[in-house]
Amino acid sequence: MAFQYDKYLRNDKLPHIWCPGCGYGIILKALIRAIDALGWSKDETVIASGIGCASRLPGYVDFNTIHTTHGRSLAFATGIKLANSKLKVIVLGGDGDMSAIGGNHLIHACRRNIDLSLLVLNNNIYGMTGGQFSPTTPTGCNATTAPYGMTENNFDISNLAIGAGASFVARTSSFHVAQMEDLMKKTFQHKGFSMLEIISGCPTGFGRRNKQPEGFDALEWQKKNATPLTRYNAMTGEERAGRFSTGILHEADRPEYIEVYDRTVGLKDA
Amino acid sequence: MKRSGIVTIKCEWCKGCGVCAHFCPADVLEMHEFKVRAKSPEKCTACMMCEMRCPDFAITVEVVERADEQK
Repeated sequence: MAFQYDKYLRNDKLPHIWCPGCGYGIILKALIRAIDALGWSKDETVIASGIGCASRLPGYVDFNTIHTTHGRSLAFATGIKLANSKLKVIVLGGDGDMSAIGGNHLIHACRRNIDLSLLVLNNNIYGMTGGQFSPTTPTGCNATTAPYGMTENNFDISNLAIGAGASFVARTSSFHVAQMEDLMKKTFQHKGFSMLEIISGCPTGFGRRNKQPEGFDALEWQKKNATPLTRYNAMTGEERAGRFSTGILHEADRPEYIEVYDRTVGLKDA
Repeated sequence: MKRSGIVTIKCEWCKGCGVCAHFCPADVLEMHEFKVRAKSPEKCTACMMCEMRCPDFAITVEVVERADEQK
């Protein structure tokens, strides 16, 4: 029996708006399988998103979904979680949504260590607005606003989250479908702020200008350059060029915000 | 026990990105006029890679396990 995605989809909204070969469809399927495997009901699951291609994702799934202002999905999600801490809150965003427009919300949500699960769908570009470079566009890559190559250094969102204090940080790519589903489950189950960065492709905005014109070119690139963390750590700086580490990058046991808050105001025994 | 799969393609949802055909290890799928089609469905080993990687919910693979074909 093939997996039945239908029961979690808003079928009247499909087919989705993403371009042919976009990795976000693969991520959407993994997300549905992960939630199904955890046995979360539609009523207890909340998915919040901001603006961008990635943030269109909650529109296609039949959970409690909220499509908020650009970069502010973490702020809305924090409010939802504080109002009803029994809900399972997942936040979704692209690399621009989370590291540029919502960069401040990201680092402060990490610092607070509130029990949210964040998925950052990193395709290295602002795809929806026409391929402008984002803070994660690798140095030297082309974009419509960087026709001679990106001159700035790029963000490593996972390292940013670790530095800001997130208690669970993992990274995978849209090629590694089984690992993605597994890491999603671990991300969702973690108590505290957890982030999963998913390296994805954008054939239209990024790929066509960077010798990856087809959807599978980006997937092949991810297959070639994804490196498990232990192997990545053993590599020299030169060998690491262009590669990215995958797997669980950071896991720490830190007090969770809502528990600390409830104890402080006397809602829970100390 | 021989494991095989029945590939079903929802043509109206296929956007012709070619990801499924590119990663099919058994050479079952091919691209034809901007859509995918099953060129040799009998070769399918039900590895599910096309189903999991299709971004457009256009492919489903039904797993069939047949004991009688064991050699």
